Amino acid sequence: MTAPGFNLGYQQVPNVRRFDGVESRPGALLKASLRSLGLALLCATTLSVHAVAPLNFDSAAQRTRFQQLITEIRCLVCQNQSLADSPAPLANKLRQEVLQLMQSGKTDDEIRAYLVQRYGEFVLYDPPVEPSTWALWFGPVLLLALGAAGLWVALKRRRSSSEDSGGDPI
Amino acid sequence: MWRLLIPLVVFAAIGGLLLGSLGRDPHLVPSPLIDKPAPEFELPTVGDPKRTVSSAELRGTPYLLNVWASWCPACRVEHGVISRIAQSGVIPVYGLNYIDQRPIALRWLAQFGDPYIASLYDPDAKVSIDFGVYGPPETFLVDADGMIRYKHIGPLTPELVRDELLPVIQHMQKTES
Repeated sequence: MTAPGFNLGYQQVPNVRRFDGVESRPGALLKASLRSLGLALLCATTLSVHAVAPLNFDSAAQRTRFQQLITEIRCLVCQNQSLADSPAPLANKLRQEVLQLMQSGKTDDEIRAYLVQRYGEFVLYDPPVEPSTWALWFGPVLLLALGAAGLWVALKRRRSSSEDSGGDPI
Repeated sequence: MWRLLIPLVVFAAIGGLLLGSLGRDPHLVPSPLIDKPAPEFELPTVGDPKRTVSSAELRGTPYLLNVWASWCPACRVEHGVISRIAQSGVIPVYGLNYIDQRPIALRWLAQFGDPYIASLYDPDAKVSIDFGVYGPPETFLVDADGMIRYKHIGPLTPELVRDELLPVIQHMQKTES
């Protein structure tokens, strides 16, 4: 049962029998549970320390507009999440700020400009289409087109050379 | 025959690009506020809620604004460097206490030392957002006209102070009149 094996952390230890993904190594399940618990506690602690107050919307239309807008703004702490998804304290403050701007009559474009003025273009979750981002937007398509063209030329050349030498052997 | 070199050239180009980017931190967000006016602010201090510090009263001399929080371990790491800058007297050092709680912030200052002339208390990050703060520690250098001349994200080191901050400070103080 307790055959020797290296402690490789998350990697498979050769002498472990796994049932439906649950590790049967003694203590491993407890360790994994504690890790998850720690993470959950951290999130819960963050929320309670900073007392996330519910946002008060003036109307259902405003709430919809708000919920759409915050998916388009990046959380700068958890940079792969939008403001809608991020649990970071700054995200909480930024959501409040965006709502205040919205309620004071600013348009979506003005709110975006407000944030870009402070944090730069990176705060917009969708990179804008500008000369500085052309390589990002058009690069992959361009490379694909170049590769396809190169392939077509190579195939054409091979086909014409095989016709010269008497056609397909098969 | 030259066509055979194309894959090598493409490899060299991509490899060069990746190699050059090895040392760069993708998490860093460069500030759009360099050489722009610092935001106007008026905030109470951490030490005395009845006392306020405003950007208007700081106009006239360059100053260093250090963003810190009691929950920020890297702020603890750079604390010695900030203290040395403050003690040297080369530039006035103010703190911006970011998304924190006053009692805990005061305890942090009592425990580790308070190098700041005053720390602005910004629990709602209103002023911090205006400065484009997203992750303490961050350090700004503002000149006598209220223009932001330098920003560093991350803990300061003696090398950074020597190589980046001091030249900017000296330049700001030379052009101050």
